Amino acid sequence: MAGASSSVATKREIGKATRDAFGRTLEALGADYPDLVVVDADVSNSTRTEWFGKKFPDRFFNIGIAESNLVGIAGGLASSGKMSLVSSFAAFITCNAYDQLRMSVAYPHLNVKIVGSHAGISIGEDGASQMGIEDVSLACSLPGFVVIVPADEESAKAATKAMLDHKGPVYLRVGRPDVPKVYAAGPAPFAIGKANQLRDGSSVTLIANGLMVAPCLDAAEALAGEGINARVLDMHTVKPIDRDALRKAAVETGAIVVAEEHLAHGGLGSVVAMNVAELKPVPIRYVNLGDQFGESGSPDALIEKFGMTAAKVAAAAREAIAAK
Amino acid sequence: MAESLEELRARAQSVRRDIVRMTTEAGSGHPSSSLSAVEFMTAIYFGGFLRYDVKNPHWPDRDRFILSKGHAAPVLYAVLGQAGFFPHDQIMTLRKLGSPLEGHPNMTRLAGVEASTGSLGQGLSLGVGHALAARVDKKDFHTYVMTGDGELGEGQVWEAAASAAKYKLDNLTVIVDRNHFQQTGASEDVLDMDPIDGKFAAFGWHTQALQGNDMEEVLIALKRARAVKGQPTCILSLTRKGQGILKLLTKLKDENYHGKPLAPKDLDEALAEIG
Repeated sequence: MAGASSSVATKREIGKATRDAFGRTLEALGADYPDLVVVDADVSNSTRTEWFGKKFPDRFFNIGIAESNLVGIAGGLASSGKMSLVSSFAAFITCNAYDQLRMSVAYPHLNVKIVGSHAGISIGEDGASQMGIEDVSLACSLPGFVVIVPADEESAKAATKAMLDHKGPVYLRVGRPDVPKVYAAGPAPFAIGKANQLRDGSSVTLIANGLMVAPCLDAAEALAGEGINARVLDMHTVKPIDRDALRKAAVETGAIVVAEEHLAHGGLGSVVAMNVAELKPVPIRYVNLGDQFGESGSPDALIEKFGMTAAKVAAAAREAIAAK
Repeated sequence: MAESLEELRARAQSVRRDIVRMTTEAGSGHPSSSLSAVEFMTAIYFGGFLRYDVKNPHWPDRDRFILSKGHAAPVLYAVLGQAGFFPHDQIMTLRKLGSPLEGHPNMTRLAGVEASTGSLGQGLSLGVGHALAARVDKKDFHTYVMTGDGELGEGQVWEAAASAAKYKLDNLTVIVDRNHFQQTGASEDVLDMDPIDGKFAAFGWHTQALQGNDMEEVLIALKRARAVKGQPTCILSLTRKGQGILKLLTKLKDENYHGKPLAPKDLDEALAEIG
């Protein structure tokens, strides 16, 4: 298991959005990856690939509002030996271009990087049509894809580099709002497929990714006051899942909570449940978006309404422990 | 070494024989969809238009050919086999378990196949990607894409057409195999996309229309396409589905004959008609 607890932020501060960290890292690393070509479907000022585009205009193409063509072009570039990266809103690039992801990227197993921004309900006021809440499920259903959901600014930086260093198709999910820092300043521990243990505990394991990692740390702190020692895992890679970390969580803590800003079906919760059921069945409880669309509202109001909070995680932990 | 007109005509007949033999052996497949495309495929691979090296199939400077109408895989396998990308007799393993000659092309299993296709409408975007890669790398390779006519119902084709025009991709040629039929009937009846060349022209493409089963016309069209500057080229290839065995298909009372092989009892008659 990678990750030392010394890298965890000691106090809860708001950091940059994961899309910003991704965009700045892409811009900074562009010179180190001369084969990288970035293609946009006219949302680069939202997904933050515009920073790369301004610095490397000969390796940046805006092909218009056409996600199917976007992903197809990425497949062609990769077939010709480039490393292509395409980004759009998570909802559009996974839903609109799904058959292109399947046929023009996954089936030939090409070196294409897919970045879906504006994930989850935390985008706020724009509402349900813009909220990618099924993207992780869809990406996990593409054979050979690596699927990554970073928790915060430092994690997103490290994930971006790991994505570029991985040979093969990767889906990276990033979010719109500024989010609490999980990791201290400096390079965050990050290895594809290896969960980061942020806090050890023996009563229950809180497993999360993306926006839900920070609330799990806060929930663990609150539970400690009740005498419950919660382990916290940042499961930034949904596929391939860290089965070793899951087995240890089940064996050593006997109860699990999975928290994610995603629909119940097919996300991290489903993947954890599938593996834990096989490795060592223990009670599992879930904090997620259930089976419903989002709506308009401020990010904070939506996070509260949809239960993406430390209080919900703590309540789920108590339930899971009671079911042991 | 480019073959002569007479050699190309003879090779086209040989490609046709391969198509009907391999699909009948397989017991399934799309021979009629393959037969319409024979002249262009033969001319591209053997007429001196496509730069390739069978010993180095991933040569970065090679020209690319993408069969967007992936169900016509038999014609692709016939020309690749005759070109020497794999032992020619391997065509008789078409669609069998373990054979890299799958029902639709799989680029990860067979040298010379540039794209995994079969879900229609995706090949032209791939071609745009290759053409942009050439531009980024300042290479002079050319990319050919062949689509069907029914395939033009897919909206992605037109997304790709618009983007190719935006970047003035004169290193990209699409050949529309206008064989007038698709799965359930005549293309005009299912979804009339005429004027096809007019649509591509409206998107900013250079266009040509010609009789695509006439080898002499095909050679002229391919030469012209390479001379176009500042625009991608669309060649509207007017063909007959099942070209080469039309008399037999008439006798079988099925001029579309979509997605099925000839019965073993009809094979000799087909080969005799091809000549």
